[in-house]
Amino acid sequence: MDGEIRVPIDSDADIVIARQQGRALAERLGFSATDQTIIATAISEVARNIIKFAKRGEIVLNKVMKNPEHGIAVTARDQGPGIADIQLALQDGYSTGNGLGMGLPGCKRLMDELEIKSSKGNGTIVTMKKWTM
Amino acid sequence: MEVPILKQGDFLIATFQAALTDEDLLQLQDALVARVGKFRSHGVIVDVTALDVMDSFAARTLRALAHMVRLRGAETVIVGIQPEVAFAMVQLGLSLEGVPTALDLEEGLAQLMKASERKGATFRGR
Repeated sequence: MDGEIRVPIDSDADIVIARQQGRALAERLGFSATDQTIIATAISEVARNIIKFAKRGEIVLNKVMKNPEHGIAVTARDQGPGIADIQLALQDGYSTGNGLGMGLPGCKRLMDELEIKSSKGNGTIVTMKKWTM
Repeated sequence: MEVPILKQGDFLIATFQAALTDEDLLQLQDALVARVGKFRSHGVIVDVTALDVMDSFAARTLRALAHMVRLRGAETVIVGIQPEVAFAMVQLGLSLEGVPTALDLEEGLAQLMKASERKGATFRGR
């Protein structure tokens, strides 16, 4: 029931599917209604980044354990152009995609942990976690 | 999923369903801006009570929609932002700056009617 969920991201309709799947998993894991919305919002942002910068990729949802807590891990993976300066991408107000510059810094505020692995030309992996406690 | 737009007197009411794609949002924006002219509407209410997530794209589209509607001579009120959606929006750093909001449909309609009366009063006063 709580095995890995993979959602291919290929169009803006997939953004909605990814955040609905994320919300459903968060609910099963016992997150509050507010946390479910927060997780769904963060998924929406990273999924949109995939469409905007890489055209396609995937969102992977997992249950994670860290005694005595458990939580949700959201991984957004793409083979797009990558992020040249990760520090800069995490700065409030910084954006290259004509967005609002809210994407990654905003997601960092919404979730408990956010990690980016990326280099120019080698795609991007964003991993976000939120714990139930 | 297309957003239904209801004509209620001088006002238009658009009611969001749970999950809207970017495409749906842009379509709604175009439809509302066009219909304000077609029906000579004074105000637009966008009811987001059922909306699951207000992310940066949705917020930006709603802001743009409200500005376009204002350029067409009508006012927009966003109603029904749920508490958890409001919480997530603030955390994410989103605002609907310059766009009037109201608790629910009833409050939104009252707000539009007041604005509409004010406009009428100024005009008649001249």
